[in-house]
Formats: sequence, structure tokens, C-alpha cells
Amino acid sequence: MSQQAANGDRCRAKVLTVETMNPNVKRVEYAVRGPIVQRAVQLEKELKQGAKKPFTEVIKANIGDAHAMGQKPITFFRQVLALCAYPALLEEEKFPEDAKQRARRILAACGGHSIGAYSASQGIECIRQDVSRYIEKRDGGIPSNPDNIYLSTGASDAIVTMLKLLVCGEGRQRTGVMISIPQYPLYSAALADLAAVQINYYLDEDKSWSLDVAELRRSLNAAREHCNPRVLCIINPGNPTGQVQSRQCIEDVIRFAKEERLFLMADEVYQDNVYAEGCKFHSFKKVLFEMGPEYSSTVEMASFHSTSKCFMGECGFRGGYMEVINMDPAVKAQLIKLVSVRLCPPVPGQALMDLVVNPPQPDEPSYTTFVKEKTAVLAALAEKASITEQAFNTMPGFTCNPVQGAMYTFPRISIPQKAIDKAKELGQVPDMFYCMKLLEEEGICLVPGSGFGQRDGTFHFRMTILPPTEKLKIVLQRIKDFHLRFTQEFS
Amino acid sequence: MSAPLQINPNVKNIQQVQNEKLARLAEQIKEDIRRGSIKSFKEVIDVSWGNPHNGGLKPQTFVRQVLAACVYPELLDSEQLEADVKQRAQKLLMCVGGSIGSYTNTAGIPEVVQGITEFISRRDGGVPCHPENIFISSGSQWCLSNILRVLVNTKALLPTAVLSPVPCHPTMMLSLTAEGVIPVPYHLCEEEGWALKGEELQRALQSAHGVCNPVALYVINPGNPAGLVQSRASIQEIIRFVYERRLFLLADEVYQDCVCGADSQFISYKQVLVEMGPPYSDSVELASFHSASKGMMGECGLRGGYVELVNVDPAVMEYIYMLFSMDICASLSGQMAIDLMTNPPQPDEPSYPLYWQEKEEIRRTLVHNARKAIEAVNLLVGFSCQPVHGGAFMFPRVNLPLRAIQSAQEAGLPPDMFYCMRLLEEVGLLVSPGCDYQQEKGTYHIRICIMVQEEILDELLRRLKIFHTKFMKEFS
Repeated sequence: MSQQAANGDRCRAKVLTVETMNPNVKRVEYAVRGPIVQRAVQLEKELKQGAKKPFTEVIKANIGDAHAMGQKPITFFRQVLALCAYPALLEEEKFPEDAKQRARRILAACGGHSIGAYSASQGIECIRQDVSRYIEKRDGGIPSNPDNIYLSTGASDAIVTMLKLLVCGEGRQRTGVMISIPQYPLYSAALADLAAVQINYYLDEDKSWSLDVAELRRSLNAAREHCNPRVLCIINPGNPTGQVQSRQCIEDVIRFAKEERLFLMADEVYQDNVYAEGCKFHSFKKVLFEMGPEYSSTVEMASFHSTSKCFMGECGFRGGYMEVINMDPAVKAQLIKLVSVRLCPPVPGQALMDLVVNPPQPDEPSYTTFVKEKTAVLAALAEKASITEQAFNTMPGFTCNPVQGAMYTFPRISIPQKAIDKAKELGQVPDMFYCMKLLEEEGICLVPGSGFGQRDGTFHFRMTILPPTEKLKIVLQRIKDFHLRFTQEFS
Repeated sequence: MSAPLQINPNVKNIQQVQNEKLARLAEQIKEDIRRGSIKSFKEVIDVSWGNPHNGGLKPQTFVRQVLAACVYPELLDSEQLEADVKQRAQKLLMCVGGSIGSYTNTAGIPEVVQGITEFISRRDGGVPCHPENIFISSGSQWCLSNILRVLVNTKALLPTAVLSPVPCHPTMMLSLTAEGVIPVPYHLCEEEGWALKGEELQRALQSAHGVCNPVALYVINPGNPAGLVQSRASIQEIIRFVYERRLFLLADEVYQDCVCGADSQFISYKQVLVEMGPPYSDSVELASFHSASKGMMGECGLRGGYVELVNVDPAVMEYIYMLFSMDICASLSGQMAIDLMTNPPQPDEPSYPLYWQEKEEIRRTLVHNARKAIEAVNLLVGFSCQPVHGGAFMFPRVNLPLRAIQSAQEAGLPPDMFYCMRLLEEVGLLVSPGCDYQQEKGTYHIRICIMVQEEILDELLRRLKIFHTKFMKEFS
């Protein structure tokens, strides 16, 4: 037997297999881009190739991508970014002076006056300064230090970076991270990847998905048995639930974090997306500082923002930042090392963030158009939030909490026992089975509630409120019709 | 709560890069100058990173026109833009559903991914390339981090390791440590133009025995900071090595477009692998990385990179897809930059003449700079620099006098860092110290980016000569 043949089996076995790979990665799931979305992409391909289906297009109401659903970009932002991309345009009269001024300022802060140069890993300094000023203005004058601002590749990048920084320990000392159920599955995916311990606290569906400190305490105490809880994550306005936490609730959470010595991670990417009457966005930082020095000088916190949501909807630019508060300087020194691994965030995203925090002012030429466009976008979202909530609450088999903010609706659906059994047969969770069928029959792509977490025995799905109003109404009608058929089929 | 004790040990293990301190010092000096402080220089020349635009090189007009038109589609009506610019922008916009503010598919815009496969195939003399093996990310290092994350096995008996070159750019070291992977160094042979030697790889692998579990070999071709370009024979040797030793091959080929040695030619690992035929071609697992940050485009800030995966287990590919999907997608600016890099204007298109001219000018600059800089530095007593056949850097060795080394030790600084600090303070030249790149013990180097405007190169060489002469006199 030749040497090669003798070694044959050994040589041909792959180095990287499911057995040898990182076991943590095997536990990672990210429902927003999971199997149902892959199937939707497949169906789109088939439609393109001329396949006949009960629908002519796949409506991807699974991801918070406003532009994909027809929302228009803010003109001023795109003008400045175009000027930054191709500075020869600065000579053109068609661009307003305030746009040119912003572009020149951004370019002056870039190496070689080009958005193609690497920036510092933490982000361009004058942009971090602008972010600080924005935060100060938003929070009624509470100071913000640009050194505490870290620009990032979308908020997701900053969130994962913080978790990566904080997760440590072995066995019973392994870091536990508290996250709401339901939650945005980036958190659960990151925690699985890091082999952190996920500590679930349930939002109260019967009370508009509000947060109850008693529930935080329950879940924390149970968790202390098997891990070292150190982080509390909260998404406000909520995703997928859309609740906007009351000021009282935010105070309670801060108090709880202080008592239990938890690092607070406040995901506030939807801070401009507040629709319901009587609801208001309160930034965690503002509330923290208004609670006085006992809290404001001790509670450690990171808050996250993004250019992907609000009225901009500029997901593709991957712009974001986090502000860290009361972080130990020794920990900050570690953070900057981690941030350096990515070299720097995309400069167009940094530039866009600068415009978001530094929009046209009343005395500037672009102001009127800017305000008009921003108001129109937010008004449209508010209208669609309302339409969606009302529609689901009048459909048999659905109950839907008010969509107070963010971009989603998360109705609870009743699934007949026979369907639950059938799902089990197929090895699927019931709401995945439901959503898959909805996709195949109506071409509507939603994300099953199981991807976000929900109380046992309850089923939900997350649908964005982003499709254009007329299309949204059609989608809602078709869901209603589907649900009726589904219920009858499995009665 | 978040006291230093309670931080991810992988993060704590990341070595502080000396370059950071230099960068901060440079900022301080710039601030001092702004405030009217008198120095022998008016501005700091920063050649510490591979950052071509920062060094005065211009972006390609075609790239920026297409980008601008995609960002602000009203420009499609402009008479200032050529027809092919508009066509390309329209095509990209159509692919993304009308706005570059949308997310895209996880691995990237399908048409852009297809374009990458065609580029790779053309480059590799027709060797096929499959779209499902491509992932675009916000920078090639991001792709690398994701692949490392899959390779590392925290539950295994021995810690996961990757053989990595000495010298090696610090970002790779950061990435390895952040993912909890141990680097196992293999030394490039400086005397032979930083050649990669089989015996050295063997030695490195042996050294890992019982200590850690090497699962991959990381190669950089063309090199960084070393200016080597591997020959076909050398690449074949590596492929045989990884095949026999059962290692995953990580090929960082981001400088593939930066070849300046007259007798050097870039050949991709993929091409050589496929041409070697079975058993290598159907079993060696390879990840090859490319980027829009380097080459003739130098669009670092747009953050576009990709990885091509070859012979990776399909079951593992699903998990890799999952990791990339956590990032949702690469930035659109990055994806567009990759598209324009892999699919540039064609000879029959209106933008071609200008595109060609700009590209050739940068290429000539690189070739000119490589030659001129090596000549100039080798004339300085105490410096010796290997030829730069490819990449964007020179990595000259500086034989520091004993007294300088002692002064450095007294100051608590690595000797080459001591040199770099003085260089920055006295003549306003920011380079990066060899200690950040790992180097043979007792040797000292500095790394200088040579992808800069010729005028800037002339000036930096002038300042280096003045400083170095004075420094060597002071410490002799």
C-alpha cells in the first residue's frame, strides 16, 4: 500500500468540521435572517424565473429595513454624503450652501480630505464632539464627553463589542446577561457565541409589554444559582414589542441596576420612533442624571444609537455609536483595544451620523425641506402603527398590544391544537410552522415569535409596519384570510 | 462591577500596540502647532498605517462618481457624469431595490458577489469560482475574525493556535488574541528578502507540540510589513505543507494588486491549489481574503473586503453564514467599492481612459517609491532594507547603537519605539515601530507606508536622513 493510500483517510479528513469547530457558534441562531428568510429568498428566485405561485411578490416584512419598503431617504443627508463621496460636486450650484459647508467640514476631518482614509478606531473626533453636543441637547444640558463616544458599524457592532468585553469567568462564575423576553435576537446570538449565560426576564404581555422590577428580581435571583449576573440589557423603545417604557419604569430599572451592581446596556436605536399618545422617549442617561449623584456617579452604563432606524432608515450605511457612562478608565483602555480590531467604522456611516446629530437649523436653507421630510416619515410610521394595531385587534385569533414605538408589531396568535401537533410531527415549532405556511401561501415573510422568545404555550410573530400604507392594508387583509383558512384547516 | 478583573481575558491579553501611543503623541504635536508652537516642521507626516488617501494619493474618479450617484440618484440626470457611470449606478441601485440605505443579503448583493466570482476566475486563468463561497464584509479583517471564530475550539484539550509570520501586521495579532487563538510564530528570513522557509514552518509546528493545537497557517502574500511576493514554487510548498500537516490555510492576499518588483508576479493561492490537482485541489481548505482598502483604489474608509472559501465542509458553511448574518450585511459603501474594484471600466467605455491613467499613475508611484525609498534608506549608515517586491510598506532594519538601546530601556520603552518617538518629536515623521510586528529578538525595525504621493515620500526621506544622522551621532 502506498504511503499516500495508507494516509488516505487521515489526509482527506477535513480540518474544519462540525465536530472540530467552535461549539459556541453551533448554538448561534439569528431568526431575523434565519430559515424562513432563506426560504423567502428562494421563493423570490423562483418567481423571477417565472414560477407560478399564489402571489406575485414576496413581501419581506421580516426586517426593519425602511428603504426596502419604499421609505425615501432624507434629501439633505444624501446631498452631503454625495458631496463627501465626490468633492468635485462642491463646485456645482445645484447643492445648497449648508450641505456644502457640512461636507467641507467632514472632509477636513478626514485624512487626505477623503472619506476613503481610515479614521481613528474610535471614530472621527469632530463627529464624536457633535454626537456629544447632540446628546447634551437631547438630555436637557447634561454634559457628555466626546471621549465616551465610540462610533461603530451600526449599533450591533457596539453591542457585540460591549458584550465581548464584559463576558468572562468559568462555570458558576460565568457572566450572566439579563435580556428581555421577547428580545431582538442579536443579543441571544451574541450571548451564545460568547458562551455567556442568558438570563431571561419576561415583559408583561397583559400590560402592554411593560417591565416589572419584581420580574427582574425573580429572574436575577434564580440566575445567581448558576452564574454571575453582571449585565442588564434593555431595549427602549422595544424590539419586537414596541413598548415605550415610562419614566418611572426607567428609574426602577436604574435603581435595580445599582442595587444589584449590574452594567446597564440601553439599546435606544428607536428613540425617534414614538407614536402613541402619552408616550415619550426618556433617555436612560437623562433619567440617571436626574436621579442625582448617588446614581449618576455610580451606575455604569452604555447607551446605543444607530442611523438604521428613526426617520433616516439608512441601514446600508452601517452608522452607529455608543456612549459609555461611568466606565472605569482601566476598562476603557481594554475597550479601545477591542475596538481597534475593526480598524475603524465605515467613514460614510460616521459622516451620516454626524448629519443626524447635526441636522439643518432653522436659519439654514435646507431646514424647511428637512423638517417636512422628517415629519412626513414619522407621521407615516405613526399612521401605519395605528392601522396595524387596530387591524390585528379586530381579527379573530389575534391580540395585539399597542405599537407605542419602534417599527414592529408582535401580535399573539392562537394556533389550534391540531396545528401544534402537525408542527411537532414536522419537527417545527408551531409559530414557525404557521409562518412558513403563510409564506408559501401568501408570499408574506414574517419572523415567528419563537425567534424572539415568548412565554411557553404562547405564539407570536413579528411583522414590520414598514410597507407602504396601501400595501400594508392588503397584507393585513391577507393575513386575516390566511388565519381563517389555517384555523379551519386544523380545526 | 466592571473592574479590570472582570473583563474577558481574551481582551486583556490583547497587547497594547505602541503605535497608539505614537498616534496620541502626534495629535498632541498637531495641537501644539495649531496653537502656534514653533517646530522644525509645519505638519506631521503620518505613514504609520497603510492609508493611501491620507498619504495624498487620490481616489479613482470613476469609483467616486458612481458612489455619489448611488448616494444621490438625482445626479443621474447630471450632464457631468459619463454614461457608464450612470449605467453602473443605475444597475447597483436596481440590485438594492432603489436605495443604498437598505440592508442586503447576508453575503452581499448577489450581483456583486457574482462579479467577484468572475473577477477571481479571470484572475486565476479561468479557474471556476462559486458564489456561495464568497462573503463580503465591512473589511477583510472582519471576514478573518469570523473565520477565526469558527476555527477556535474552546472546549478542546489544548488551546487553538494559528501559525503566523514574524513579522506580521498588528491587526492580525489583535484579531487572533480577541478570538482566544494563540499565535505560533514562524520567522520569515530577512536576509533572503523575507522568504518563507519550509524548515522554519516545520520548526514552528514542532514547537507547538503538546502546548497548543495549531489548526491553521496564516500567510500574507504580498507581505505586510515584509515586501515579499511569493513565487509559484513557494506557494506550492506551503500548500503541500498544509495538506500533509492538516492545517486550514488562511491566505491574506489584500495587496495582490500592489506588486512593484520588476520580476515579481502575484499568483493566487487558489490558482496554484487548483492547478496542483488532486489530492490537494479537492481537500486543502483555504480562505483567501481581499479588500478594497489596498491596491490602486486605497478606499480604506469605505470598509469593503471579502473572503473566498474553498473546500470548506458544507455543514460548517451554514454556521459561517450564520455568523455573517449576525452582522446583517457589509456596509453598502464597502460592497460598492468591492464591485468597482472587481469590475472596473472596460476599454470600450467612456470612463476607461481616465480610469487607466489614474490607476497607472498610482502604480508608477508605488514602483518609483519602492525603488527610491530603499535606495535612500540603504545609504543611511545603520539602516538595511530588503527589497520591496510587493505590498505597500518598507520595513528597514535599524542597527541601534548600544547607548540608544540603554536609553530606551531606561525610559521603559522598546528600542525601536524610543527611536520612533524621537523621530516624531524632532522631525514630525510618524512611522510604526517594529516591536508592534514581532521581530527576531535583538533586531529593530520601523515600518513606513510607501503608498504616498512622491512629494511626500521625498519629504519624509529628507526628514528621516536628518534625524537618523543626528540620532546615530548622539548615541554612538
